[in-house]
Amino acid sequence: MGKTLFEKVWDAHTVKVLPNGQTQLLIGTHLIHEVTSPQAFAMLRELGLRVKFPQRTFATVDHIVPTDVLCEPFADPLADAMMKELRKNCAEFGVTFFDRDTGKQGIVHVVGPEQGITQPGTTIACGDSHTSTHGAFGAIAFGIGTTQVRDLLATQTMALGKLKVRRIEVNGKLRPGVYAKDVILHIIRTLGVNGGTGYAYEYAGDVFDHFTMEERMTVCNMSIEGGARVGYVNPDERTFAFLKGRPYAPADRDWDAAVARWQSFASDRDAQYDDIVTISGADIEPTVTWGITPGQGVFISEHIPTVETSPESERALVKEALEHMKFKGGAPIKGQKINVAFLGSCTNGRLSDFQEAAKYLPGRRVAPGVKAIAVPGSQIVAAQCEKLGLDQIFTAAGFEWRAAGCSMCLAMNPDKLIGDQLCASSSNRNFKGRQGSVTGRTLLMSPVMVAAAAVTGEVSDAREVFAA
Amino acid sequence: MALANITTISGRAVPVRGDDLDTDRIIPARYMKCVTFDGLGAFMFYDVRFDEQGHPKPHPLNEARFKGATIIISGNNFGCGSSREHAPQAIYRYGIRAVIAEGFAEIFFGNSTTLGLPCVSVSRADRETLQQMVETDADTAISVDLEQKTVTAGGKVFPCDIRESARQGLISGHWDPIAELLESGGQVDTVAARVGYMAARPANN
Repeated sequence: MGKTLFEKVWDAHTVKVLPNGQTQLLIGTHLIHEVTSPQAFAMLRELGLRVKFPQRTFATVDHIVPTDVLCEPFADPLADAMMKELRKNCAEFGVTFFDRDTGKQGIVHVVGPEQGITQPGTTIACGDSHTSTHGAFGAIAFGIGTTQVRDLLATQTMALGKLKVRRIEVNGKLRPGVYAKDVILHIIRTLGVNGGTGYAYEYAGDVFDHFTMEERMTVCNMSIEGGARVGYVNPDERTFAFLKGRPYAPADRDWDAAVARWQSFASDRDAQYDDIVTISGADIEPTVTWGITPGQGVFISEHIPTVETSPESERALVKEALEHMKFKGGAPIKGQKINVAFLGSCTNGRLSDFQEAAKYLPGRRVAPGVKAIAVPGSQIVAAQCEKLGLDQIFTAAGFEWRAAGCSMCLAMNPDKLIGDQLCASSSNRNFKGRQGSVTGRTLLMSPVMVAAAAVTGEVSDAREVFAA
Repeated sequence: MALANITTISGRAVPVRGDDLDTDRIIPARYMKCVTFDGLGAFMFYDVRFDEQGHPKPHPLNEARFKGATIIISGNNFGCGSSREHAPQAIYRYGIRAVIAEGFAEIFFGNSTTLGLPCVSVSRADRETLQQMVETDADTAISVDLEQKTVTAGGKVFPCDIRESARQGLISGHWDPIAELLESGGQVDTVAARVGYMAARPANN
């Protein structure tokens, strides 16, 4: 009987079974950032321990960095203290830090792949739930808490229970104007925000075979929004082509052996899955969330649900969501006036996201009264965009072109909603208060749909706005 | 590392109604601008408890009769979203010692267990009954028994569930795995050598 990639990687990295039945798993790559690591370093000091594999630990700073005023010290003394703490910890423990002066700083889930650190058949962990992003390369990547960051720093291992594997096949072809973001929003809507609890999601099928690595990353990124701690795509020629020549990728004589090894981790044809779900790619339309969980999404042509027509078990949440969003059940999502457009984040802050949105912006202007910001996911993405003149296209259209960081995804830096502003956002979470205002309202959608909302001032079908 | 055996958690409970209560709700991101977990308890469910001017909102967590409760009773998919350990740290530091809910998000469950904060699941119907019991009488004595896998409330016994590895860890005082992980240093080196990529120096760097 064949094995899945998840099982192969799990087995290869198993150190032993612990008395409580969990597995002690070797984590090949540990990524850290300023928010969830300082307490872990403090615990390490308390225990008198060193970092066991500093050469397999990589740091960047992303959540708290301002994206407009770049000088230090930061205006926010708390953010500045976190910045300094990370710098100190990396220096003291010999950890590679892609600091702000390296030209390589950025959102941790953009930086790992960009540097070629993220590789197939490996285990990766980071104190951030969107670590599943790295699964796009056929890695098994876990979001973890700070105590586990401590465990990894000290031992390069952590205690975990084995996950089940659900294969999600999206077959056929996506229609024009339908993007990776729509695919994952549709998957979450279909399977539920907790449908993946206890599972690793293996994404497969024609749609994923044809996806670029950046599109695969967008989908894997939001696995956790569907409850799955891990999401991955089997490695293939696209994966290898992406990695070739990257700073931390194997080179020269090592390359061929690495590719052979990576290929060996792909799920076997006769692998057994705990569950298989099949979705038709042609059925997916541009999707927008209307509520306060990423599963509360509708196609752009659909109407916002009503409490009465929702399943009994969801009614309380639908009611709460409608109240928070100030939406009327049964109203179309299309045409809702927005105040802010945010293009960026670890979900959609890569070169192709800006390229695709920029395609449609020349000759168009952000609607009056709308604040629009474009925030590259890393300094390298910023440089790539600027080399292509995309920054000029965005600024000419009335977007603010910012420096790399998490920005308005999560309200730990100056980029926040104000009051009950409605934001068309390419980020990953629409939780109450997520974008920094308790009454702020978030609509998740693809970068091109964000661009369409920005120029029309309302939730729009990008296929109509940008036709011809 | 000698840790307490956590077998039974007894006390009064506070209902925190709702499904999909995410970790941003449990601890808003602005309170994560810190380099220690100290003081996080004060900010647990802050925006649920207080308005933008800092005035208390009507919520059981603000009611005098639930003051001193050590157990939270909530809905499905509790703790979803961000992996921030700040969430269970805030709950623990607020004084909560167990969470009863219909279900828990994966990362939150693991983070809580490692802090010695048991998370037990009950059925939707039992969750409703338990919340109603404490809403009716905030002094209802609640007991979570990890050995028997039961929740006892006002003399009634409800079955509850918890992942076996977490249950074992809690009742045997091995909920923080660091000591066991450190024990296998040599084996870790062997596996690290075997996987073949741990020593590799960046060739192009």
